[in-house]
Amino acid sequence: MIATPPSASLQLTDDGKLKHFLSVEHCSRSLLEDILNTAAGFVEVGDRSIKKVPLLRGKTVVNLFFEASTRTRTTFELAAKRLSADVLNIDIAKSATSKGESLMDMLWNLEAMSSDMFVVRHSDSGAPSFIAEHVTPNVAVINAGDGRHAHPTQAMLDMYTIRHYKQRFEGLKVAIVGDVLHSRVARSQIHALNILGAEEVRVIGPRTLIPVDIDALGVSVYSDLSQGLKDVDVVIALRLQKERMDSALLPSESEFFRLYGLNNDRLRPAKPDAIIMHPGPINRGVEIASEVADGERAVILHQVTFGIAVRMAVMSMCIAGQDAGGMA
Amino acid sequence: MNSPRAHLLIRKGRVIDPANGRDEVLDVLIENGRLVRMGASLDAPGAEIFNAEGLCVFPGLVDTCMRLSEPGGGRSGSIASETRAAASGGFTHLCALPDTDPVVDNTAVVRLIRERAMKAGFARVLPLAAMTQQLNGSQLAEMQTLKEAGCIGVSNAGKPVQDALVLKRCFEYAATFNIPVMLRPQDNALAAGGCAHEGAVSTRLGLPGVPAIAETIDLARTLLLVEAVGVRAHIHQISCAASVALLRDAKTKGLPVTADVCIHHLLLDESALEGFNSQCHIQPPLRSQLDRDALITAVADGTIDAICSQHTPVGSSSKQAPFPATKAGISGIETLLPLLLHLVEEGHLSLQRAIETLTCGAAKSLDQTVGHLEIGRAASLCIVDTKTRKRPSDDWISAGKNSPWMEAVLPGVVRLTMCEGRITWLSD
Repeated sequence: MIATPPSASLQLTDDGKLKHFLSVEHCSRSLLEDILNTAAGFVEVGDRSIKKVPLLRGKTVVNLFFEASTRTRTTFELAAKRLSADVLNIDIAKSATSKGESLMDMLWNLEAMSSDMFVVRHSDSGAPSFIAEHVTPNVAVINAGDGRHAHPTQAMLDMYTIRHYKQRFEGLKVAIVGDVLHSRVARSQIHALNILGAEEVRVIGPRTLIPVDIDALGVSVYSDLSQGLKDVDVVIALRLQKERMDSALLPSESEFFRLYGLNNDRLRPAKPDAIIMHPGPINRGVEIASEVADGERAVILHQVTFGIAVRMAVMSMCIAGQDAGGMA
Repeated sequence: MNSPRAHLLIRKGRVIDPANGRDEVLDVLIENGRLVRMGASLDAPGAEIFNAEGLCVFPGLVDTCMRLSEPGGGRSGSIASETRAAASGGFTHLCALPDTDPVVDNTAVVRLIRERAMKAGFARVLPLAAMTQQLNGSQLAEMQTLKEAGCIGVSNAGKPVQDALVLKRCFEYAATFNIPVMLRPQDNALAAGGCAHEGAVSTRLGLPGVPAIAETIDLARTLLLVEAVGVRAHIHQISCAASVALLRDAKTKGLPVTADVCIHHLLLDESALEGFNSQCHIQPPLRSQLDRDALITAVADGTIDAICSQHTPVGSSSKQAPFPATKAGISGIETLLPLLLHLVEEGHLSLQRAIETLTCGAAKSLDQTVGHLEIGRAASLCIVDTKTRKRPSDDWISAGKNSPWMEAVLPGVVRLTMCEGRITWLSD
């Protein structure tokens, strides 16, 4: 009986094309595969001497970061520039909006500057959806991480990396280790892996870091690392923030590392050809040992490289979706 | 109350007065604002006639828990706007929370609220006093002075007292002067930062959760203290199945406890938050389907005594933000009766029981002798067309437009409201 915001349809055009990218959830398998295939075409752009394609020439992309982030912002900036867009970086400490100007007022100001795309990072879950609901038509919104909710481009670059090394998702067992509770990356990865047909997704961690009813997302929950890693093809370590110790979620970094940190010895139950991933930035000696992070099974730096191509893919698809929507 | 005392003959309405076990078609005669007679085919020369054939006549509705937005609400409403909204919804008596700005912890604020309500003339406001000064949870408010000024009970509203010693002393002091204590149970540490029920939906949406145990752990403690001290207590806004069980046990033991539930918890569950629907951001949060079912059962079997609106009008900009940054609350007084009638239509409650929760059940919760039709007393009643449906947005009155029900088509049109002998709402 109540009116519900159009969460599922918000990011798609009437004919199912991407016009915003807010969440992996609600996306079809073919759409996710489209993103991966489009990204594949962009990977080689990075290897050229002139690393540019003109797809977003004349478009203005605004990186709207309400939460500090150097890496994600940089990769979005590079992706936009390789697509020949004009890029504006706006770093807003969250307090700036609370100083008087509302989020809405600020958006309207930026829209008045004829922006074509907002890349949004915000500490509140749902912020990019809120912005997408309220922007004028023809402005695309890309979620660059919101609260604990979603980080869809990170998840898609992880999917790209997995497909690059494993060629497929069928039959794969993937383990996500560590602070799932606070992780938007983990939530988006879980959705993506399930949509793309992975055989099993596991989360591994102490109960203080595993959110309630996470199994409803289609994962199996393990608290023992070696059981959870048994026969997996992909291991994803999550970053552990230092402040988790202060809020009584964990006793110490050293106990966490002893029980859940990845080193060569503890990775033995995984398949011998398992790849080790991490969304970065890594805490050496906390969630991952240097011998693993720098070892040959780690693909962490490739994730970063693929990240630019995946973001180029998402940006160009959203702009195309918006342009098509505008003509309809 | 500002309109003249009514001289009115209400003809052939279906009179439902649960306090007196009455449900029959009767004429109701009001002379000089007093209810003088009820019976078949009354004659009253000179009285204005209201043809209520096919309509229901209920005692004036009583809301056990709401906010008036004044003082301190600014554009989100005033006592005049919100009491008028209440009158349009059939309400005559409103129990208002003390978490205004300034807080209701001194007689000047009580006087201001009562005078403005009187001047507006749409409803009788029954203010609650703060249980602790500034709702700070550490120093007792002047409960007896505030009672003498017109407060009907004490409450710490949305800031439950956490210190068990302070809470015990609040209870002891209130019990000394026969003042009912009204509490919304919540352990602040367990609820800290949360904006959604901790469960599958909050996990998926990445919203910080408030677990059900944040409510039950405090409710259990409160009930133990009620038993130890022997204070009269009313529990506001219970939201989960486990709270119902605690309450049932307490009532079986014979503790002097009553409870209400907010109407939205009977109609919605956590799934209403899909798409980050900030109109459904309320505290306590909407919980699981199982919790909702248990609450409906508890209303039906009498474990829960009253249904409240938890009316909380907020300015539109307060809901124009990402979900966790929005203000909690629904402007709910205009939709309370329609939503309840919807539950009746769906077969969850009898009409008699539904009206009981808004009349004598609510009055009992507040220890007030209102919510029933009594010959000789100033008449408080409402006349309701329970069949006709309408969209709340068509004639919305509250200054707070924050409601998920705006565009729902709901049964129930209040045709007339009379508060203590004066007509406060009339529509056609």
